[in-house]
Amino acid sequence: MADPLIRFREVTKEFSRPDGVGTFTAVDRLSFAIEKGEIVAVLGKTGCGKSTMFNLLAGLIEPTSGKVDVAGHDPFSEFNAFRGKMGIVFQNDRLMPWRTALDNVVLGLEILDAKRAEAEIVARRWLARLGLSGNENDYPHALSGGMRQRVSIARAFAVEPDILLCDEPFSSLDEMTARDLRAEFVRLVKQAGKTAVFITHHINEAMDVGDRIMVFHRPARIAYEARMDAASREGSGRQAIQDEILKVLSLETGEGMPAAPVV
Amino acid sequence: MTLNPRLRQFLQAVASMFVLLAAWQIASFFFPYYLFPPVQDIVVRTVRILVNWPELKQVLETAMRIFIGLAGAFLLGSLLAIPIGRYPKLESYITPFLVFLQGIPALSWVIIAIIWFHGTEFRIAFIMIITTLPAFTFQVLDSYRSMSKDLFEMTMSFRPSAWTLFRVLIVPTILPGILTAWKINLGNAARVVVVAELVGATGGVGYELLRQQQLFDMAGALAWTIQLVLFVLVVQQVIVWVENWLLRYRPVSERAA
Ligand SMILES: Nc1ncnc2c1ncn2[C@@H]1O[C@H](COP(=O)(O)OP(=O)(O)OP(=O)(O)O)[C@@H](O)[C@H]1O
Ligand SMILES: [Mg+2]
Repeated sequence: MADPLIRFREVTKEFSRPDGVGTFTAVDRLSFAIEKGEIVAVLGKTGCGKSTMFNLLAGLIEPTSGKVDVAGHDPFSEFNAFRGKMGIVFQNDRLMPWRTALDNVVLGLEILDAKRAEAEIVARRWLARLGLSGNENDYPHALSGGMRQRVSIARAFAVEPDILLCDEPFSSLDEMTARDLRAEFVRLVKQAGKTAVFITHHINEAMDVGDRIMVFHRPARIAYEARMDAASREGSGRQAIQDEILKVLSLETGEGMPAAPVV
Repeated sequence: MTLNPRLRQFLQAVASMFVLLAAWQIASFFFPYYLFPPVQDIVVRTVRILVNWPELKQVLETAMRIFIGLAGAFLLGSLLAIPIGRYPKLESYITPFLVFLQGIPALSWVIIAIIWFHGTEFRIAFIMIITTLPAFTFQVLDSYRSMSKDLFEMTMSFRPSAWTLFRVLIVPTILPGILTAWKINLGNAARVVVVAELVGATGGVGYELLRQQQLFDMAGALAWTIQLVLFVLVVQQVIVWVENWLLRYRPVSERAA
């Protein structure tokens, strides 16, 4: 079998505490591998280090120890090797307030030196796909939270990256819109043979979207893993996995965190 | 009756100006001409400068000196601020130096410039730049530091070149601060320029002021001073327009009337 596209080997990330005394471990000897073409859904209680894992994967922060490998490169030290190859939907929308919706989507293409006219065509198509035709010239402050989130999804997808990293991309959408986008997301990733890592708080969303589910401990380590297929998405198979995830998540003790995860 | 707030502000400004002018006019009845010339004489002199090319040219000359000084200080200040912003360790070396510069009075620079340099224009440019440089540097640095880490990481995730990062993120981030810095430093520069022109300028508002003093011509002195004030007001307004246009993306709360 070919090498996996993404591999974490015993990755640890410690942050220094604000008072400068000691460190805080957000990711603890985390290891996993993701094959090309896979969609992996990541579940875990709030504060367990999902976004931190994400930043490590994106090369935005450096592991304290261990090795992150993406397509044979280290995303942190070989940062520029991934130009145009990764698209990231951040947990918060991170739109530039001085750019219109259209120009925010154009941003990635602009950085990759696409021609303005072509970039605009692509950006308009993505906005339309996400139900935002007519809002192209609105500034972020004039958009609703869900609209902003969709603009940020369009921005990540417009560069047609090989690897998509999505941190709760559908969290501020209503259930109907989220369901449509979820289906569209899976179709897009599968159609184009892309690889995606998808963080979510919803067990059902994880089971619908992921080929595989990883449930994180706190600090981030894999507590449970399940492969999803036609059988395990239905009926009793689904129920069994759901029960298992719930069990793992409720075993997790967290400081000041809600006990029950969202189903 | 409720007035449009901007109109009300304008009327208030007019009213206070009117009181000041009236007081001046009354003083002109009781004091000798060379102390308090009547308002109409000052107005006539002011207008005459504006419509008389050789005199207007001197105002523009001074305006040009202000502009060169500000532009130079802005460029140098940005060149200093951006590396400090990127490598905060530099700050402990550069800040004391700038603070030291800030404490030196404009008049000392005049003396230094006369001893050090030849050439009036060069001396003036030196004084203008050195007196506005610290403020510009600190202001550009502050606006650079206000850059959002989230937007920075988002932009970095597309792997931009240094130049693209500068263009798409850093410039829009620091722009509001830069416009404010220009507004503030414009006033300072207008005050410094007349002092700087004492290095031996043979034209300009500072030179003319000195001449009016020698002639004991109060109306003339005021008329030349007013030119400078008018210049600052006009340029401030232009900056405000530019600001409103460039920063039009900014939301305004309906509470903030
Ligand atoms: N830059 C940082 N400096 C210090 N601590 C950090 C930093 N980033 C994250 N942490 C800490 O690491 C832990 C994990 O944070 P992270 O954002 O990865 O959680 P998460 O799993 O994404 O949570 P959520 O589901 O709420 O988004 C938290 O306790 C957080 O306080
Ligand atoms: Mg998170």
